[in-house]
Amino acid sequence: MRSNRSLFMALLAAIVLILAGLLAPAWLQFLVTMSAANGLAVLGIVVLMRGGGATFGQGMFFALGAYAAALVPTWFGIQDAVLRIVIGTLVAGLIGALFAPLLVRYRGIFFAMLTLALSMVLFGLLSKSSLLGGSDGISIAKPTVLGMSLQSGNAEYVLYCLTVVVSVVAGWLVSVYWNSAAGLMALAVRGNPLRVEYLGASARRSLGTSFVICALLGGTSGAITAQALGHVEPNFSNWTTSGELVFVAVLAGYRRVPAVFAASLLLEIVRSFSNLYFPNTWQLALGVFMLLVIMFRPEGLGSLWPVAARRQVDPGTAVPSPTEGQP
Amino acid sequence: MDAVAYASWLFIVSLGMTLVFGVLKILNMAHGSIYAIGAYAAATAVALAVSLGLPPAFSLVAMLLSAVAVAVTVGPLLERGLLARYYGRDEVVLLLVTYALFLMLEDVTKLVWGVNPYYVSEPAQLFGNVLFAGMRIGGYDLFLVGLAAVCGLITWYVLNRTTSGKIVLAVIHNPEMSASMGVNIQRVYVVAFTVGVFLAALGGAFTAPMISVQPGLSVSVIIISFAVVIIGGLGSIQGAAVGALVVGAARSLAVHLMPEIELFSIYLVMAAVLIFRPEGLFQSVKARLI
Amino acid sequence: MNSFKLMGKTRGRLASMLAAASVLTLAGAAQAEETFKLGVVTFLSGPAAESFGVPAANAAKLMVEQFNKGSAPAPYNKAGFGGMKIEMILVDENGGGAKQVQELRNLYQRENVDAVIGYVGSGDCLAVAPVADELKKFLVLFDCGSPRIFEEASPKYVFRTASHAAMDNVSLVRYLKSHNVKVNTMNLINQDYAWGLDSRGDFLAGMANAYPQAKMGADLLPKFGAGQYGTEVSVLGGKQADITYSSLWGGDLQGFLLQGAARGLFKDTTLVLSAADHVLPGLLDKMPDGSIIGARGAYGILSAKSPINDWFQASYQSMHKALPVQAGYRMTQAFMGVKMAVESAMAKNGGRKPTPEQIAEAMRNSTFDTPGGQIRMALGDGHQAIQGTAIGKTKYDAASKRVLAVDVQTFGAECVNPPANMKSMDWIKAGFPGAKCN
Repeated sequence: MRSNRSLFMALLAAIVLILAGLLAPAWLQFLVTMSAANGLAVLGIVVLMRGGGATFGQGMFFALGAYAAALVPTWFGIQDAVLRIVIGTLVAGLIGALFAPLLVRYRGIFFAMLTLALSMVLFGLLSKSSLLGGSDGISIAKPTVLGMSLQSGNAEYVLYCLTVVVSVVAGWLVSVYWNSAAGLMALAVRGNPLRVEYLGASARRSLGTSFVICALLGGTSGAITAQALGHVEPNFSNWTTSGELVFVAVLAGYRRVPAVFAASLLLEIVRSFSNLYFPNTWQLALGVFMLLVIMFRPEGLGSLWPVAARRQVDPGTAVPSPTEGQP
Repeated sequence: MDAVAYASWLFIVSLGMTLVFGVLKILNMAHGSIYAIGAYAAATAVALAVSLGLPPAFSLVAMLLSAVAVAVTVGPLLERGLLARYYGRDEVVLLLVTYALFLMLEDVTKLVWGVNPYYVSEPAQLFGNVLFAGMRIGGYDLFLVGLAAVCGLITWYVLNRTTSGKIVLAVIHNPEMSASMGVNIQRVYVVAFTVGVFLAALGGAFTAPMISVQPGLSVSVIIISFAVVIIGGLGSIQGAAVGALVVGAARSLAVHLMPEIELFSIYLVMAAVLIFRPEGLFQSVKARLI
Repeated sequence: MNSFKLMGKTRGRLASMLAAASVLTLAGAAQAEETFKLGVVTFLSGPAAESFGVPAANAAKLMVEQFNKGSAPAPYNKAGFGGMKIEMILVDENGGGAKQVQELRNLYQRENVDAVIGYVGSGDCLAVAPVADELKKFLVLFDCGSPRIFEEASPKYVFRTASHAAMDNVSLVRYLKSHNVKVNTMNLINQDYAWGLDSRGDFLAGMANAYPQAKMGADLLPKFGAGQYGTEVSVLGGKQADITYSSLWGGDLQGFLLQGAARGLFKDTTLVLSAADHVLPGLLDKMPDGSIIGARGAYGILSAKSPINDWFQASYQSMHKALPVQAGYRMTQAFMGVKMAVESAMAKNGGRKPTPEQIAEAMRNSTFDTPGGQIRMALGDGHQAIQGTAIGKTKYDAASKRVLAVDVQTFGAECVNPPANMKSMDWIKAGFPGAKCN
């Protein structure tokens, strides 16, 4: 019943956005495309956060998806955009599944630091590998979409529609997951993994699932971005890229899927105008905004991480308790 | 030999971060930004000293004073004014708060000092060169090694031999117990954070003569301090020293033998440590408090 | 639980943005005929700003002012571009290739610029060139050096109004040979990206012909923007060589020189630097005397006297209180080339504002005079320029508190640039066949 309703809303959203796109100028279509693509990566982070892990390494899967989409044209001659996206997603998901058993042994800061370290290792590998373009990255030829080749007039719109469709499908699937048994258990794992274990479920398995979903979405995001931009570079795997995605995730909170895309759009608008109009103050504004969100938007962030009952201390006395980061 | 020089630099820079984590349980992502502020402040201080006609040796004092100035102004302000409001939250939340702080300080630095690089070469010239085992070593590098040793020794001495130091150790082990024993936790936090800021600013100040001080300093420093601190164990002074040596050695080896892996050799080591011994090399396994 | 409660909000936001965007685009279109909107992209922050980006931006501002007033010397004395007032939008090149792709798209599609002049970083050039072609908009690369742009692709709308890096290294090799510099051993240090790698490759290939017995000692490739070279200085100190070649530039070069000099690295080796003129004003007496340097063209202290050069140096000095360095010269070249192309296209199409295709057609194979010498768009099917250059040795003059160039040797364009039908690497490896030197 619920998933029927959300399916209907998803279809409606897709149709409205596609029609609205016809009215928008090319630069706006491109902006929305980029923000939706980023939104997918953020969605992955949000899924993971909701499942109990905080990642500063989403850039790794973003880069994996992007590079996969960039290399298959030259290595395998794959020109179709949809195919490239699928491949990018699968590659990222595969690597995510490979690392998941390792990562789920950790929590909190160590989980975050390990994802960060892994993404920086990939960054180093990509920067030094001349086969993969080195620090300059690779440029990609424009794809064909379902057989149609893209001309300069409609390229942005076609990519926009493709991105809208992929984003809506992904968003709907994620909301289905969130309402499913597995998704609800992920919430429980976030709250108190020990209790979940005692009740007989596997907290690690749930975290692993969340992590792999995060990786898949990161890969999709990277593949779409690669084709919209026409260029991939090692910086995609840098922790600063992951940091920006985390910022949007914090802004969006974990309760609503559309909030993720709205927050991503907001950041993209700010960023798009920032270089021209306020290059030296936009990060300041973002930082302040993030602090305010963390402080005042409990729905978005206040209950995002496990705060065990005895740790809820009156802020006036301000005595943090020793943390348990490890299982 | 340059592994040791590089390691000394790493140690000074990472000591503050590990101290702040040990006491406040905050992994400070803005540590690199404070390092950058320290470097800029030192550049300004040295330029001021030169323009006032003071002798070149005074530039070292100027740098030290600038680090103190940064610590005294920035430390309590950040700790009381900002971080204290988020105590009681999960450590990851605090990590995000420090990330927001990092974003803010990036732009503040740009607004205050502009986007052009600063060069502070006078102090480096002071020390000349030393011939050692057939290689010319910069005297300034030796000075840094000495400085790192001094910082480490002072920190160790204060923590282990003075009363206030032992109180800090107590707070590191168990803040609640210490509070119930009558320790003024808030004061310990402010002081510890300020010392952490001082060490970061000191690191920045004394690195300034070796590089061009420009935006983007903080990004590269944060990540490498993380590596050092994680490898050595969060909150452990000896760990920071050993971690610094390990990272310094890894990087030097890489540049000399296999330059291609230089960039990520450090992160490989960090990942390996996280995988095999997440507490770091020097952290004793803590009893789990349910 | 209604998962899509925020749909309404998003739609509202989208609608108001569309409204704003349409108003802006219409307003922009109305002014198009009287002005020529020019996007200029260069480093305004970061390690390349002080040495390249800012001098280039300064030169751009100077050109816009002088051109709009019509006070440049002939043949550039028409006001603006063919009577159209030049309106410049300055964009920071900092942030990496992917970001620059987005900024370029914004410039063409949102700000509706008629042309873009830009890009110091070779990586950025490689990333943005395909975008301009895809959007069918006119782009002039004014500074980046990698030869790959026109040797590995044939963009229709992209031009480069300065020689590429092959010239810098070929002229260095020729200078070493003609001055009989002893090279039994050589060390190399270059940045690990397109520019550094291509320069290193070109230099080594040239040396293989000129000094076949020279042995390579250290071959270092630090990251672009590294800034700290302690380990590299140690490695180089341990393997002293006759010459130390580097294509480092900007903040990196300055840092390397300062750190190396502090450790006495340059006492027993001759520095051979392909693009070093811009760090000289900042280093002054800290620059080792006798270093062999190029400026990627006959620029600044290596430039030849000419009326247009005198005018440029004088007006730049009076506007910015400093002497122009290579980036400033190359920006000027780009502006002059675009001005000639636009005016020539307008002469053909009856005085209307030319389309990107018309400007491109006019610029192809064109020739024009600049403060750095004559520029001929002779390579890359008429898209890539060649020019002459000069190499000299540094000498600090305490009296005037400036670094001067002594022992300057100039090279004609055809002496140090490959011919139109050969790739630069092939030409260098073959020993510069067909080169015309005086």
